[in-house]
This record gives sequence, structure tokens and C-alpha cells, in this order.
Amino acid sequence: MRAYRTVGLALACALGAGTAAADVRIAFIDPLSGGAASTGILAQKTHQFYIDAINAAGGLNGEKLELVSFDNKVNAQESLIQLKKALDDGARFVVQGNGSAVALALTDAVQKYNERNPGKEVVYLNYAAVDPALTNEKCSFWHFRFDADADMKMAAMTNVIAQDKKIQKVYLINQDYSFGKAVAAAANKMLAEKRPDIKIVGDELHPLQKVQDFSPYVAKIKASGADTVITGNWSNDMVLLIKAGKDAGLKVNWETYYGGSPGTVTAVREAGVGTLKQVSEWHKNALPELDATVASFDKRFPGVENEYAYWRAKTMWELFAAAAKKAQSNDPVKVARALEGMKMQTSLGEVEMRADNHQILQPLYVSTLERGQKYDAEGTGLGWKTDAKVDGKATSLPTSCKMERPK
Amino acid sequence: MLELATISLINGVVYGLLLFMLTSGLTLIFSMMGVLNFAHASVFMLGAYLSFQLGRYVGFWPAIVIAPLACGLVGAAIERYGLRRVHSSGHVAEILFTFGLAYVIEELVTMIWGRNAVANDVPATIDFALFTVFGTTFPAYKGLMMAISVAMFVFLFLVLTRTRIGLIIRAALTHPRMVDALGHDVPGVFALVFAMGSALAGLAGVIGGFMLLTQPTLAHAVGPIVFVIVVLGGLGSLYGALVASMLIGILQTFAVAVDYSLADALRAMGVAIVRGSPLYEVASIKLATAAPVIPYLLLVLMLIVRPRGLFGTRDA
Repeated sequence: MRAYRTVGLALACALGAGTAAADVRIAFIDPLSGGAASTGILAQKTHQFYIDAINAAGGLNGEKLELVSFDNKVNAQESLIQLKKALDDGARFVVQGNGSAVALALTDAVQKYNERNPGKEVVYLNYAAVDPALTNEKCSFWHFRFDADADMKMAAMTNVIAQDKKIQKVYLINQDYSFGKAVAAAANKMLAEKRPDIKIVGDELHPLQKVQDFSPYVAKIKASGADTVITGNWSNDMVLLIKAGKDAGLKVNWETYYGGSPGTVTAVREAGVGTLKQVSEWHKNALPELDATVASFDKRFPGVENEYAYWRAKTMWELFAAAAKKAQSNDPVKVARALEGMKMQTSLGEVEMRADNHQILQPLYVSTLERGQKYDAEGTGLGWKTDAKVDGKATSLPTSCKMERPK
Repeated sequence: MLELATISLINGVVYGLLLFMLTSGLTLIFSMMGVLNFAHASVFMLGAYLSFQLGRYVGFWPAIVIAPLACGLVGAAIERYGLRRVHSSGHVAEILFTFGLAYVIEELVTMIWGRNAVANDVPATIDFALFTVFGTTFPAYKGLMMAISVAMFVFLFLVLTRTRIGLIIRAALTHPRMVDALGHDVPGVFALVFAMGSALAGLAGVIGGFMLLTQPTLAHAVGPIVFVIVVLGGLGSLYGALVASMLIGILQTFAVAVDYSLADALRAMGVAIVRGSPLYEVASIKLATAAPVIPYLLLVLMLIVRPRGLFGTRDA
């Protein structure tokens, strides 16, 4: 079986326009053009960086990994076309992260493909799509998530909010799609449990990446008398929102999921000191010294637009390599089985891939933008400072996942 | 309530004037040359980038003069070496040319400045609060933007209706051969108009770049709304562009402030839509959530009811 596969792959490589001999093809399906391209391209570089590291160390089980990129323009329909291309291209692993709508479409497509093509299964590694449904009602054996889901991040965020008695009125503003709604729902539920005295004075949904001027929303937040804003906004929606807030002199705590996303700190600068907060699996000042791989990434990809952001990609590839080693095979089914329940020590603490729903448990940090930090963000002189760290195990939430495993 | 209404009105006027800045150059080019310039928003973006870059070397105030002039030169070059050649092939060729140009400019900008937004900060000289209403500050750069927008309108109005060059420009549109025969340089007039329209876009970009994000997708982000305004106001009508900009700016801003849905309105009239009924999902969408759709809804309605727009003289 294995011999046939190797022969087949060798043949495929020989036909594939003389690319370097790669044994394991990994398809990266994410936006590489259009509005979200900057995030997609940064992620592409990060994955490439860690895959190169695995290859430099001799590859996995004697085989080299190759990352092949496909541009999906953050569109679910386009992603399915690209997935088809990737499968025709011989990919056995799929990596995607931007957009939960895309992730839901991909899990479904991968599930169906694997049912129809026994022996040619594909495993889907999700590094950033955080709709809780993916590891609950829509969970799949073939999907592994390496980012904390929206509920887990909200749990960490609300734990810190619960301690802060100054917070009395909270305004929720989120993007009008599955993820934004999940953030709003989690905030409503968890605040009611942990701090029933907090009043939720607004629960706003706005169109995804369509709003150019957030001033009307800021006026509403101001009129509501909120002292804290909770938002899952990312990319332009995050930057423009906080920029409009700064222009109007809005004084609130910004409890965000993606306050660290490119451009946000640059947009708010001094106005964000002590008020801009984020929940993330890592930030530059999480450890006293910068991690060696982060430093070498910065060296290989210099410039503000390449500022390191995907620590979870490091965790993902290390865990992936460990699983392949444990399985003594790069066969997707065997790697997937080995990944289930796998634990690993990292410099930040223990991480674990849950066996019951394929959700990673990794330490989470709630941090605030402050002056005088050792490592600053986007060359602004301001950096993230840890307010609270939640251990991987403590981020675990109950799941409704009923997983069907292959026999 | 009064607080929210006041702030919303200010925000609406600001947004409306920003939209007018964006469209004035486009309207000028269309009304004088009959060219629907799809690359207009790209020149706007170019203005934002140039002012960002120049601002680092020569400071903001020189940059606000040089960047639009540079955009004007780019516009003149586009007209002289591009549009003029495809002109003989008709309007479709012109539209396709400007459409392609928009992509070229976007790619060039990406190559030079990268995919991420550049740190186009408000310069220190205009980075202060102009005034404060109900505890909300009004940044000075927005005040400057409003002043420039109004000045643009006055300037264009006066040039077109009160000056000799305006007379020639308008005559060249309808009677190019006669104007030519009278000894005027008609191609030169067209190049001048295109350059002027581009310079206006560049000026809008300089100041608009502070409010929006200076990144390669900027042109794409503002492109659609610009065309909505031009169609709504009436193709080629400067006055119409101003009215349509203000209308959309204020309408959209106020809509965001309204947390009521169709279901709420119907309930007030005694008609209740219960959860589970087929219309519930649609009827329960809050006006605030639907606000960004309003311009496009207006566009569709306008095209059905009055295709020439509010103040247009010919059908779109």
C-alpha cells in the first residue's frame, strides 16, 4: 500500500512541472488577494516558516512537506472550488483560518469527500476560524482547531471583567455574521452568569467589512453611557471603529478579540493606553524574552506588515509533527488519530488537542496596551502587558459534539 | 435624545461632505467629457498615499498642495496618452480602459506601499479637538475636510458658470468642432478637465485618508458609493452630487441611530408579527443593521422611478 502511494506521489511530482521532490502536500486555502489579503499572506508566511523548519530538521518520517497556496478571497463558494483544485493536486492536508463561513463550508466538504473516497482521506487544520459550532454541533473527525473558539475567549475576557467593579455598563458591537453573533451571544450569556449587575446597554450588529465611517455607531455608544465596549471585530472593522472612537473622544474600555490585529495599535496609539485590551494565545511580552523562532521569523520577514502574529501556527505544526512521529506515518487518518488527545509542553504551558471535539486547549492571555513595555507593537512604542493568564486546561468548555469516527 | 440627534446630524453632514469631495471630480469629468471614470476612486487613493509619503519629507501643508497637483498631472497623462487614444472607439472602450486602470493603480500602490494600511496619521498641526458638544469632541481635520468640500463646490460652480474657460469647456462638450474652428485647443481643454477632476480626487484623498484607511483596498471600498451618488444626483450634475451626498450621509447616519424594526413599526399600528411567522426574520431586522444598505436601495428605487436622477438632464 505504502509502496504504491510513494510511487503514485513520485509520479505526481514528476508530472507536476518539476517541482522539488515533496512527499506530503499541504494546501493552504485563504485570502491572498482582496481586502483580507494582508492577514492571509502573513499567515501564509508563518505556515511556510514552520514547515521549512520541519523540513530543515529532516522532514517527517523521511518525507518532506510542501505548502501549496490557493486563493479563496474569503468566499465560501470559491473555497470549495479551490479545495477541489487542491485535492486534484494531491493535497492530503488542508490549512485554513480566515472566516468561519468558509470553515463551515470546508468541514462539510471534507467530511463528504472522505466518506466518498476511502483511502484518500483529507485532514483539515483550522488555525483561526473560531465559530464555536465547528467544535460543537458541526464538529467533524477530520477538523482540528488550533485557536480558542469565541466562547473560550469570551470566558477569559469575562473573567477579567468580573473582577473589575468599575465596569457597570457594557455595549456589544459585532459584525453581522456567524462569528459576530456568536461573540454577542457568549457575552450576553457569560456576563449574566458572572456579573448579573452589569447592564448591557447596546447589542449592535453591523455589516461585515462594509462600514467606512463608524462615527454614527460611536455616537450611539456614547449616548448609551457605556463604560466598556466588547467587540469581536477584526481587520478594517476593528481599526475604523477604534479610530472613530478616538476622533469623538470616546472614553471606554475596549475589550476586543483582535485589538492586536495589524493597524489597530497604530490607529489608536496613546488613546488606547490602559483602555485597549485583547484576548490572545500569545503576545510579544507574554514571556520575558522573545521566543527564538519569533526572532528568526522577524529576521526572515522584516517590516511592520510582517509583524509576527500567529503563535498558534507554531503550536499547530509542532503538534502536527509530534503526531506524525507518534503515528510513524504521514497518512492523514493515522496522523488524525494520533492528534486526538495529544498533549505537549510549550514555553507558555501545556497544550492539549481535545479528543472529544478536536478543540485545542492552550493558555490564553488577556492583555492591555501600555507604555514602557519591553517589546512594542507596530513600532509605536506601546506594547501589550499581561493582565491575566488562563491555563490551557482552564479554558475548556462543555461540548455538544457527537463525533463519528472512521472505523 | 437631543444629544444623539445633534451628534448624528454633525456626523451626517461630515460624511455627506466627504462623499461630495469624492464625487465632485467624477461629476466634473462626466458632465464635461461624458466619460464615466472608473479609476476615479483609485486617483483618490493615490492622493492619500502621495500625501502620506510627501508629508514625511516636506510636511503636511506643502503636501496638501503638491499631492493634488501630482494627481492632476497623473490625470492629464491618463487623458493624453490613454483616454484620447481609445476615445475614437466609443464609450465602452473608455469605460473598459478606466476600469482596467483602476486595477493597475491598485497593483502599483500595493507594490510600492505594501498590502497593509500605512500609518497615515493626522498631522500634529490639525490633530486637536475643534469643539466639544455633549462631551463628544469634533476633530479639527474633519473641520478642514468640511471647509475644503464646500470650497470645492464653490470653486467648481464659479469656474463653470462665471469664467471664460468654463464657457469654452461647456461649449467643447456639445460643439467640439465649432469650438475647434474658433481657434480653441479642444483636446487641450479635455486634458485640462480630466486633470482638474483628478486633482480634486487627489485633494479629497489627502484629507479622506485620515478618516478612512490608507490601504490598497481603499479605492474598492469607496468606489461603489461614489457611483451611487452620481446616479442619484443625476449624472453630470454638480448640484445633484452635493444634494445626493448630503442626503445619503444624513440618512445613513440617522438610520444607524434607530433601533426599531419593521415589526416594531407595525406593532405600533396594531399589526403584530409573531415569532415563527414567515415574515418575522425580515421584519425584525433593525433599521440600524440595515443602514448601510440604504444608499443601494435608493439607487435601485431611483433607477426605477427616475433614471436621470434628482437633477440630471439625461437618462443614465
